[in-house]
Amino acid sequence: MAGKTLYDKLWDDHVVHRNPDGAVLLYIDRHLVHEVTSPQAFEGLKIAGRPAWRVDSMLATADHNVPTTDRSHGIQDAVSRIQVETLDANCRDFGIVEFGMNDPRQGIVHVIGPEQGATLPGMTVVCGDSHTATHGAFGALAFGIGTSEVEHVMATQCLVQHRMKNMLVRVNGRLGRGVTAKDLILATIGRIGTAGGTGYAIEFDGEGIHALSMEGRMTVCNMAIEAGARSGMVAVDDVTIDYLADRPYGPKGAMFDRAVKAWRTLHSDPDAVFDHVVEMDAGSLAPQVTWGTSPEMVLNVDETIPDPRNEPDPTRREGIERALVYMDLKPGMRPADIKLDRVFIGSCTNSRIEDLRAAAEVVQGRAVAPSLKQAMVVPGSGLIKRQAEQEGLDRIFLDAGFEWREPGCSMCLAMNADRLGPGEHCASTSNRNFEGRQGHGGRTHLVSPPMAAAAAVAGHFVDSRQYSAAV
Amino acid sequence: MEPFRQHRGRVVPLDRANVDTDAIIPKQFLKSVKRTGFGESLFHAWRYLPPSDEHGEHRLNPDFVLNHPHHQGASILLARKNFGCGSSREHAVWALGEAGFRAVIAPSYSEIFFNNCFKNGFLPIVLEENIIEQLFQEVDALRGYELLVDLENRRIETHHGEHISFEINEFHRMCLIEGLDQIGLTLQHRDAIEAYESQRREQAPWLFQGPAEAAK
Repeated sequence: MAGKTLYDKLWDDHVVHRNPDGAVLLYIDRHLVHEVTSPQAFEGLKIAGRPAWRVDSMLATADHNVPTTDRSHGIQDAVSRIQVETLDANCRDFGIVEFGMNDPRQGIVHVIGPEQGATLPGMTVVCGDSHTATHGAFGALAFGIGTSEVEHVMATQCLVQHRMKNMLVRVNGRLGRGVTAKDLILATIGRIGTAGGTGYAIEFDGEGIHALSMEGRMTVCNMAIEAGARSGMVAVDDVTIDYLADRPYGPKGAMFDRAVKAWRTLHSDPDAVFDHVVEMDAGSLAPQVTWGTSPEMVLNVDETIPDPRNEPDPTRREGIERALVYMDLKPGMRPADIKLDRVFIGSCTNSRIEDLRAAAEVVQGRAVAPSLKQAMVVPGSGLIKRQAEQEGLDRIFLDAGFEWREPGCSMCLAMNADRLGPGEHCASTSNRNFEGRQGHGGRTHLVSPPMAAAAAVAGHFVDSRQYSAAV
Repeated sequence: MEPFRQHRGRVVPLDRANVDTDAIIPKQFLKSVKRTGFGESLFHAWRYLPPSDEHGEHRLNPDFVLNHPHHQGASILLARKNFGCGSSREHAVWALGEAGFRAVIAPSYSEIFFNNCFKNGFLPIVLEENIIEQLFQEVDALRGYELLVDLENRRIETHHGEHISFEINEFHRMCLIEGLDQIGLTLQHRDAIEAYESQRREQAPWLFQGPAEAAK
């Protein structure tokens, strides 16, 4: 019999019951909760008179709706305020630990889980948010769920699931200087398409993945969903274990040593069989820029925007034509020809300390182009913000003309006040460039933190490697 | 949940691929703490013209297919591949349901959207791309085109009486046909869940030292 993949191991470890029809009752170890997708689930429990099965499996925070400006006067938008207050009240009622808006540990749910050691290898991790795939970076099975499933996990600690197929994305070689995990995942999505991973759990493996920090691996797994896969994951190695030593909710002392022994088994067996394998050559990758309204519409920074007349598939051709109109771009243009209005550095994809350091390195000693309306940095959590300030990164950004904000999802999806105006082009380190995602009529270009920083300085896209310190 | 056995309804074609959940229900409508009130905002950016004056009144966009007079009252959405991609927001299914839709037919879906459908008495049907293409042509050719969706027999009947079978896994089919409360169903396995937990607690106790326990 062939060996098991990492996904197979995680799946088998969590099967509570098998239905005759093939569906499985899967046990959930960690449930992360935020204000947008939980109120109707809590309401459902209350109406049915059901208790939460295991409140200690949950960790909650408000991130989507919170202002990233001064919070001392609360949330101005009444509807947003009610949603955040509803989360506070529900967590109080059920006894769930919540990092409220003014807690120094508050932040984006996918940033604080790992930061607190609430995300551990071998866990099943769910959240009412598609970017839950992020947590797979720790050798966990992590996936996003809808609100009915949020309620289901709260009430039963389980989900009814069907097994997915196994895909391996093997990243050979290492990324070049100034090329980041973000470029790697964007290039992968460009290769396999936004539905390429549908029906699969993707394991990212190879030298190029294991050379990444945990921050980089989280960036890669985060966007597995943009390739259509609910889950992305990376096997446990020394980098994983070093990151987890001494996290607030993680195991300590002898228990940590015992856990490490179990975690060391969390990798695909050498003879495991994958249903599909994709090979990426890390060394050949350049910084990436999306030009269109789907993450698969992506280019090397020096390439030209495609001509729909060269696209044989009619549905794809129509998609390109529609995107060109929405983005107000022409075939043959290069990223350098796109005039930018705003720059956003943040989101669950790219708001961790390493991202801020990489952006600051480009910005240091330079200034935001006067043609920009706004350039902002939104750290992923209060703790990251504090660490960045201790390292002096905030001064670098502020001196260059960036805004330095409070943590939250912010302009990634523009549920709070941070958003694009109609027609504005934004260089964004977030994960989705859908029509209207960052504000009605807004035009999003997805890039890495150094590329966003370089674009802020130039006022248009440039290859950020020309601004990096010489090696 | 309202059971779904058979449904006859008018079809509206949405001829674009990769329709994402941001398009189905934009984020400004996700601030509600209720399960209802989303139907008006379905496909908001496409369905309405930008506000023309400072009162911000939204007028219907006459060019958008859902607003065509002969598609009023449609309850079956015909769509292209990767429908419902992007965010996990179940609000997308709630909005479709409230706007009168009971089913969508497409070559493929994002998985989270697909799963959310079955929790809400809403049927996502998967058909081969060439059959979808045929349906688009039939719908375009005939005003008032209707379909019969027959979930019990796993098939649709076209306006012209042709039967087309579709596949659906048995668990999802039963949930819709019976209008099942899935939580109640899972809680029938309470003993198995508790047995799993106690065995797991022995094997991997660090998984049970969660935030609430640490706070004590």
